[in-house]
Amino acid sequence: MPEPSEADRGRARASARRAFRSWWPYPGGVEDPATLPLPPPSEVPRVAVGRRVVLAMAALGALGVAVGATVQRVVGDVLGSGLGGFLPGGNRFRIYTITGSFPVVEPADYRLRVTGLVQHPIVLTLDDLLAMPRTRLVKDFQCVTGWRVPAVHWEGVRLGDILDLVGVTPPAVALSFYSYDGADSESLTLDQARLSDVIVAYSMLGAPITTEHGGPVRLYVAPMYGYKSLKWLSEIRVVDRVDPGFWERNGYAVNAWVGASNGRDDAPIE
Amino acid sequence: MSRRHGATEVGGDADGAAASREPAALLRFDVVERCAHWANALLFAVLVATALPLYFPAVEGAVGRRALVAEIHLWAGLAWPVPLCVSLAGPWGAQLRQDLRRLNRWSGEELRWLRSAGRLHVAGERADKFNPGQKLNAAFTAGVVVVMLVSGSILKWFAAFPLSWRTGATFVHDLLAWLVVVVVAGHVLFAVTHPQSLRSMVTGRIDATWARRHAGRWAAERLGPAREASAERAAAERTAAAGPTAPPTTEPAR
Repeated sequence: MPEPSEADRGRARASARRAFRSWWPYPGGVEDPATLPLPPPSEVPRVAVGRRVVLAMAALGALGVAVGATVQRVVGDVLGSGLGGFLPGGNRFRIYTITGSFPVVEPADYRLRVTGLVQHPIVLTLDDLLAMPRTRLVKDFQCVTGWRVPAVHWEGVRLGDILDLVGVTPPAVALSFYSYDGADSESLTLDQARLSDVIVAYSMLGAPITTEHGGPVRLYVAPMYGYKSLKWLSEIRVVDRVDPGFWERNGYAVNAWVGASNGRDDAPIE
Repeated sequence: MSRRHGATEVGGDADGAAASREPAALLRFDVVERCAHWANALLFAVLVATALPLYFPAVEGAVGRRALVAEIHLWAGLAWPVPLCVSLAGPWGAQLRQDLRRLNRWSGEELRWLRSAGRLHVAGERADKFNPGQKLNAAFTAGVVVVMLVSGSILKWFAAFPLSWRTGATFVHDLLAWLVVVVVAGHVLFAVTHPQSLRSMVTGRIDATWARRHAGRWAAERLGPAREASAERAAAERTAAAGPTAPPTTEPAR
């Protein structure tokens, strides 16, 4: 390839300069608004369509806020969990984190510590949990912010079975739960913990629980709002008083019954 | 040569001899409008970027820090109308206010374009400073800001409202977010395929020949009636289009 001549280089430089100048903001422009009075818009038949569009959108928005809850329920039922998994109005899980990232725990490395006021403190592996009597539930997941995912398949071990295994001792009245994320915590009374639909879950949506859903092992407290179903469960401590968890210290109800707490009237989980 | 003809050289490829007596470029957007536009665009980008992890679990997994992301989203949302309001508020907003009036008002021909769902062609030579598609986009964007601000506020301060409003506001906020992302994607697509227009939002200038061709009525307002070939072409199209359409104004604007 021949060397570009001086003239070629000059032309290239000029062209680059032109390109640069053509994009350079030049506030004065050709017409300086300071020296050029603005003429009135041309006089032709004119209708204020723009304002009507804005008002119509505001009205539609207000209507949407008023009936959105109903529409969402209907749309969610129609879309199901496929499309509804990511479209607005669908019955989809929203994932909340309170720390910078999800704690990733390999199933082989998973350990559940059960400590506190117990006869035999133990450390359970995932295999230990899988070997215990299995409970299957098909129940809704209701969030305190309003969304609800219907008929989620859950599998796990009844919390009551784990308590029987370790042997609760007086003066125990409650449980504290801790998460692998190092920040989240939850609480249940012993009576609540022994309900038959409160489980330590290792399967959800028909598969091992994914990291974003709190896998490999999380709590599922069916009759209560979602924030009670602590993710990435690392420790259960048997204690002598209810120690409010992370969300409860942030204003949510300690006894989080669906439809009977947090000022909400959702249908209870059946 | 008068001051407003002084920058003829800057404008670039003007129409040679035909345009020798008129400026090669017009000021399409003044500096206030350009700043308002790009501040608005920046805030929108922040809103979309922070909305992604709030909406998509997969992104949330990669980003985390939901509380921080939500806080940024909230403040960017509250700040969203600020550039426009500040630009409108003072004496510096004269051109923007006039352009908003232009965007708001539709001619009979533009209304017919709307009713035909865009099938009817509005000749550029007869067009105002903004074409009806741009007018619709501007009105839609204004509506989006209002509805997102209100529905977002209900989401944030839900305790002050009936419970079902929270779910309803979530629905509206999510649905409109999808819609506005699609519309803005179209806006950006038009911008990159029309570099002259995009450049005018950076530099403020638009070629006079472009203005004659795409915003004829506005160009006539600023520069006086079109002459020679372009005037004949416009006249021919007027005859062809005959009917109730108002002819372009012929009186010079000053």
